[in-house]
Amino acid sequence: MPYDEALERFEPVLGLETHVELGTVSKMFCGCSTTFGAPPNTHVCPICLALPGSLPVANVKAIESTIRIGLALNCSIAEWCRFARKNYFYPDMPKNYQISQYDEPLCTDGYLDVQVEGKTVRVEIERVHLEEDTGKSTHVGGATGRIQGADYSIVDYNRAGIPLVEIVTKPVEGTDRLAPEVAKAYVTELRELLRSLGVSDVRMEEGSLRCDVNVSLMPRGSSTWGTRTETKNVNSLRSVERSVRGEIERQAAILADGGRIIQETRHFHEDTGATTSGRSKEEAQDYRYFPEPDLVPIAPDPAWVATLKAELPELPSVRRARIQEEWGVSDLDMAAMHNAGAIGLVEATVAAGAPAADARKWWMGELARRANESGTALADLPITPGDVAKVTELVASGALNDKLARQVLEGVLAGEGTPEAVVEKRGLRIVNDEGELSAIIDQVLAGNADAADKVRSGKIAAVGALVGGVMKASRGKADAGRARELILEKLGVEG
Amino acid sequence: MSLIHKTAAELGRLVASREASAVEVTQAHLDRIAEVDSKVSAFLHVDAERALEQARTVDERIANGDRLGPLAGVPIAHKDIFTTDDMPTTAGSKILEGWRPPYDATVTRRLREAGLIILGKTNLDEFAMGSSTENSAYGPSHNPWDLSRIPGGSSGGSSAAVASFQAPLSTGTDTGGSIRQPAAVTGIVGMKPTYGGSSRYGLIAFASSLDTPGPFARNVLDAALLQEAFSGHDEFDSTSIDAPVPPVVEAARQGDVAGLRIGVVKEFGGEGYQPGVLARFHETVDLLESLGAKVVEVSCPTFGYALPAYYLIAPSECSSNLARFDAMRYGLRVGDDGTRSAEEVMALTRAAGFGPEVKRRIMLGTYALSSGYYDAYYGQAQKVRTLISRDFEAAFHQVDVLISPTTPTTAFPIGERADDPMAMYLADLCTIPSNLAGNAAISVPCGLADEDGLPVGLQIMAPVLGDDRCYRVGAAVEKAFTDRWGGPLLSKAPAL
Repeated sequence: MPYDEALERFEPVLGLETHVELGTVSKMFCGCSTTFGAPPNTHVCPICLALPGSLPVANVKAIESTIRIGLALNCSIAEWCRFARKNYFYPDMPKNYQISQYDEPLCTDGYLDVQVEGKTVRVEIERVHLEEDTGKSTHVGGATGRIQGADYSIVDYNRAGIPLVEIVTKPVEGTDRLAPEVAKAYVTELRELLRSLGVSDVRMEEGSLRCDVNVSLMPRGSSTWGTRTETKNVNSLRSVERSVRGEIERQAAILADGGRIIQETRHFHEDTGATTSGRSKEEAQDYRYFPEPDLVPIAPDPAWVATLKAELPELPSVRRARIQEEWGVSDLDMAAMHNAGAIGLVEATVAAGAPAADARKWWMGELARRANESGTALADLPITPGDVAKVTELVASGALNDKLARQVLEGVLAGEGTPEAVVEKRGLRIVNDEGELSAIIDQVLAGNADAADKVRSGKIAAVGALVGGVMKASRGKADAGRARELILEKLGVEG
Repeated sequence: MSLIHKTAAELGRLVASREASAVEVTQAHLDRIAEVDSKVSAFLHVDAERALEQARTVDERIANGDRLGPLAGVPIAHKDIFTTDDMPTTAGSKILEGWRPPYDATVTRRLREAGLIILGKTNLDEFAMGSSTENSAYGPSHNPWDLSRIPGGSSGGSSAAVASFQAPLSTGTDTGGSIRQPAAVTGIVGMKPTYGGSSRYGLIAFASSLDTPGPFARNVLDAALLQEAFSGHDEFDSTSIDAPVPPVVEAARQGDVAGLRIGVVKEFGGEGYQPGVLARFHETVDLLESLGAKVVEVSCPTFGYALPAYYLIAPSECSSNLARFDAMRYGLRVGDDGTRSAEEVMALTRAAGFGPEVKRRIMLGTYALSSGYYDAYYGQAQKVRTLISRDFEAAFHQVDVLISPTTPTTAFPIGERADDPMAMYLADLCTIPSNLAGNAAISVPCGLADEDGLPVGLQIMAPVLGDDRCYRVGAAVEKAFTDRWGGPLLSKAPAL
């Protein structure tokens, strides 16, 4: 059913479960490295392989990171809580139970405010808890790449035991037609928050930030929630938005036909934007949770928690407000910068010595255009804020004009080196050698006697053509302002 | 006196002073194993070459003037539930047959660091679940006092090895009585330290919140020396207590009870207890009074609920702990013919690899943790556990230690209770409360029952981290009885 029609008849309720792999040096319960991309099964030991007799010991740094995330999300931090075992059999889970948290999460009852179309939407956080990741299965053969129908499966336990934080929202109601945008804005804001805390590299494509999207619909006028589905494999911000939209349309079509939504896990397909049915959750699996007896309870010292709270970095929303005021930027420009992921870049450029307006001009102008052309994120362009600051400095000193500066940026992006190196290699420095400039002017005056006479006779406006001639002859490298002064001087006219 | 009849303390002294070499001492015990273990079946694995190699190293170090601990060069039998990187580790189960761990348990490592010579690995009930070793996948061990009887369990191979002079020391693990009950029925000393006092790292888990490594020896001082050698904080075990080891060796040397307040647990005795066991126990009470202790009766009303609570908590934890035996990474794999799914291979392997008692407990525990039953079973059992701890706390306000018989009966014949799990479970009636509360408890010999001439054990229970009190009282009882008997109880055991 088309989206608009679906929204006329139904109201969506959202829920988001986000898994974040923490960027700790070692795993959650052993000393193995967490580095991504190592050869399979090289970051393993008796503990994360669950060899008989091995025991977990909790990574204090991971607990600290989780508490910091909880604090940044305005949660209450438990004074005493325990890990729990979640029991189920699966080959990529070495112990056949996952050490997680159940009824005693570390952080509860927080919120995250997000901006959508100029409005603030408060997404309430139900809980933030700490657990361990599983290994990674690859199913070989078969049509779907999933375990059903595969010829065989191989398992990489490097990921097994990497600390994972789960952030669960309360049901988000009242988003109306903006549900997809709210979902996307929430994940975007959360990602930025986590990045500012330095707790994770939050890369959705590498799986260090994974999002499960819950959607249900209720008929307009009803206040009873419908059956929800949980969509997994949503691996980009754009997919978050698409999957919510798609699921609303799919569910609306079924409900409008008098059908029933099945409570199930659905699998998002990046290529088509559609979801397919996965595991049914109608017969709820019994995980037989119980408190993990191998680990002592977590009882964070309130003084330590207070210190962590006091030492939280400036949070992204606060920072944006401050920056907006400092730079004197309009709401619209600020939103544009935010959406382009340019705020941090501009800020770093300012920190490297550039005036805010100039930094903003280059990142949101020339560089945004080039990022757009090449289909890359602004942050992924091969240029640093320091490079951009250098370019603004060269312009300010008169060594470059805007046109030349664009060529310098092009050179840096093409991998020709630092801005100074590009200026040198391409010979882009403004001609401000008075002798050389003077010679060029003499040449131009000689070749444009008519225009020169007009200026002499008081028609100052005619000087433009002469300056243009100088710029042309110098191939753009002349300082136009200085050229004008010199021309007037040579012609004995007061500018 | 031959080397195998000497105490561990004496052997350590002989090796240190080079009056005997570690190699000689080790060889004497290897010879004894070769002579008698075909009858006793204490060991699942003996590595004579490796043991002699370790003994040579100790001798060389002593020759070089290295100062080693008091047990350097003393042989030990190691329960086959601790991982060893140079010997197989089976936990008494088919599912781990032939598995060679790539790492040493903390207890194993500390034995090696103390210069103890590991002779081999001893038999046990599968995954330490049982009271007789009859649940071992490799057949039962035999009680040296009467080979037709059980040596206790689960650490029955370890008790049998020490009682039959195949080793002066052995290790055990005590989850519900698995050290104290085998010690009692074989006439030796067995100690369950305070939970967390000795590391569980590398101890193949049965019930994590209860499992406790501890020592076996033929006398109290040897047990204390061994406990001291492998105890203490371990950063690899989160539940390990970060506190100094209680002064157990000093207490074992002190061995006096004058002025000590001793409580007799009112609930342990009477119906279901063998008359000969009660007679020896009451005799011991009188002995303690004659030694100057103030003996009073103390009631611990919740102890009667300990057994049912234990049989919910221990199986619940085991059902989860044993989930890892799934044929994917190590151990037995059944049915992997290229057509079956991983799930099918897991199921076939577990069906073939686990014995009936292990399966029974996995089923019990899975049920007790299931949604809808959790509160009634696991939850309720945890509440009982708290009440038992409170009973202990209240009791230890009145007295310094509590005492009881270690087991209601002497060693029963092999096969007698094998088909009656409930009768088997009763063997741990008196020992289970200390596992639930995590406090220290020891069993020391207190004589032979009149009706069958088999050993009876006295259990001495002390507060958490009061391990030294167990040794202090145990040593006093040992000294008085040894004087009365004209030698250690084991000198009355029949020759093998």
